[in-house]
Amino acid sequence: MTRALVAITFAVLAGAPAALAQEGDPERGAILFRQCNSCHVAEPDGPARTGPNLYGVIGRTAGTLEDTRYSPAMREAGENGLVWTQESLDGFLQDPRGYMPGSRMSFRGMRDLQDRMDVIAFLTGDAPMVHSAGIERISADILAMEGDVEYGRYLSSECVACHSEPGDDEGIPAITGIEQEAFILAMHDYRDGHREHQVMTTVTQRLTNEEIASLAAYFAEPAE
Amino acid sequence: MTLNRRTFLGTTAALAGTLAAPAVLGQSRPRAVVIGGGAGGATAARYIANDSDGAIDVTLIEPARHYYTCFFSNLYIGGFRSIESIGHSYGTLASDYGINVVHDWALAIDRDAKTVALSGGGSVPYDRLVVSPGIDFKEGAVPGWSLATQNAMPHAYKAGSQTELLRAQIAAMPEGGTFAMVAPPNPYRCPPGPYERVSMVAHYLNEHNPTARILIVDPKETFSKQALFQDGWSRHYPGMIERIGPDFGGDRVEVRPDTMEVVIDGQAESVDVCNVIPAQQAGGILHQAGLVENDWATVVPATMTSVMDENIHVLGDSTRQGAMPKSGFSANSQAKVAAMAVRHALTDSRMFPARFSNTCWSLIDTDDGIKVGATYEAGEDRIEAVDTFISQVGESAETRAETYRESLGWYDSITADMFG
Repeated sequence: MTRALVAITFAVLAGAPAALAQEGDPERGAILFRQCNSCHVAEPDGPARTGPNLYGVIGRTAGTLEDTRYSPAMREAGENGLVWTQESLDGFLQDPRGYMPGSRMSFRGMRDLQDRMDVIAFLTGDAPMVHSAGIERISADILAMEGDVEYGRYLSSECVACHSEPGDDEGIPAITGIEQEAFILAMHDYRDGHREHQVMTTVTQRLTNEEIASLAAYFAEPAE
Repeated sequence: MTLNRRTFLGTTAALAGTLAAPAVLGQSRPRAVVIGGGAGGATAARYIANDSDGAIDVTLIEPARHYYTCFFSNLYIGGFRSIESIGHSYGTLASDYGINVVHDWALAIDRDAKTVALSGGGSVPYDRLVVSPGIDFKEGAVPGWSLATQNAMPHAYKAGSQTELLRAQIAAMPEGGTFAMVAPPNPYRCPPGPYERVSMVAHYLNEHNPTARILIVDPKETFSKQALFQDGWSRHYPGMIERIGPDFGGDRVEVRPDTMEVVIDGQAESVDVCNVIPAQQAGGILHQAGLVENDWATVVPATMTSVMDENIHVLGDSTRQGAMPKSGFSANSQAKVAAMAVRHALTDSRMFPARFSNTCWSLIDTDDGIKVGATYEAGEDRIEAVDTFISQVGESAETRAETYRESLGWYDSITADMFG
């Protein structure tokens, strides 16, 4: 009964389900997803935290991941056939407790339709994974900053004196193909003292937020 | 005339050895010529060629077909690396980057005609020239020593056959013999280099000739990473190493290669191996070109151009630039700024504020690595340090081992950054 109601509401607000995938912005969704990070990761083979790993959640039957603690209500919903689709996830995200009484998810819900569409687009597609540990330290403004790729290319010449591009990572980790957000987080963490390494702490001291964004944008470019 | 990458490569290959090749091709493309295929020159050539995507015709003039890096050459002496593992060739720069590699000596720079004369005859014209010749030794700096006696008393401060010779002499030392080093005055290539070398010689002797001793004759009051090296020597090689500083005549030394004697403040001492690292100056071609004042070529920090010629960039050990040490890492870093400035001048590409960095790793004994480094920026007249760091005495064995592993990763990365 409740589910039917949500579906109707959804149809009225957002039109056909296909529109959801088309209009959601996965990159913005990745940024919004950081508010979920204290309880969820979204990484291939990522661990369960308080809540399940949400990588590949679309198409999954509710309450069925191994080594994950679910509420009885969630398991029961899965046994009754609840599969996470864009629509069902939209309903759950809007009002978790209302959608599923007995859910343990202590999240008030996302009221804004666009926010939900963006997060769902992120969880649906091949959006960049969030290396989540500590990502909440980085503000959405900084994560959304647009980098100057050409400047990033120049700045990167300092990095590749030690980090092979591409290369093995004996002694010093390779940085080719690093996720943009993971890169941004690492640079900010070294600069701001959340991580320590003599060389990296020194190198990042003079990097501005814009320069970190430029480096991230350059390293995110496909290799030549 | 438009040249795509393939025809450019093909033409270059077809004309290989023809010195007029750059001039012929250069009619449609600006020409950058690089003298010296070491840490600075190889990096500059590679970055100009790679980042300009073929818009600039790059020629690299380097007499040697194989380049042995000075960095890590001490590890060869200590037995941690093979000589092959520190050798690099120029094949990739030619085949993958389209660089016209000319194996010849650059004899002279004609700054008015903007050409470089080669010892094999002919000359190469340039629009922008990058000169990165490394160091030369100052004649008469150590009385009794000259290049003519460098086999009796090797410097081993340009890596390759000299390094192999020094190692062979150390291996042939009699039991309980003496290895002497005459250390150079400032400024010189690789400030921690002589003291890493002492560490590596000590490591070798400790294994093969443990009653041998090491004598350092040093004109300097203090030296790079001194506390770290002295701490390491006392832990790993107690009683083996003696250093005579200027207080006791370290700045008043003479050598006698014929009799294998070192004379310190008038006192002659017989030694078995003598490693003489003389005082240094900019590479000879910079003197010929009139770009040197008081031993070194002064540069403009933002572009690494000579203060005397805006069409010539000078890199690395030959420069007087301010706060950066003379090191392969510094030369590699400076080369990237110069490459950006060359591209800006020749193709109007974007120019960004110059920034530089350097880290020098040294090995004291197995898994006991240390490092010192800094970031730098271009000040008005000189390169200025921004932030610095250095290893600490008393670090854990795990930290030291990790520092050494870092240096291995760095070596692979920076040589790929230089030679492709």
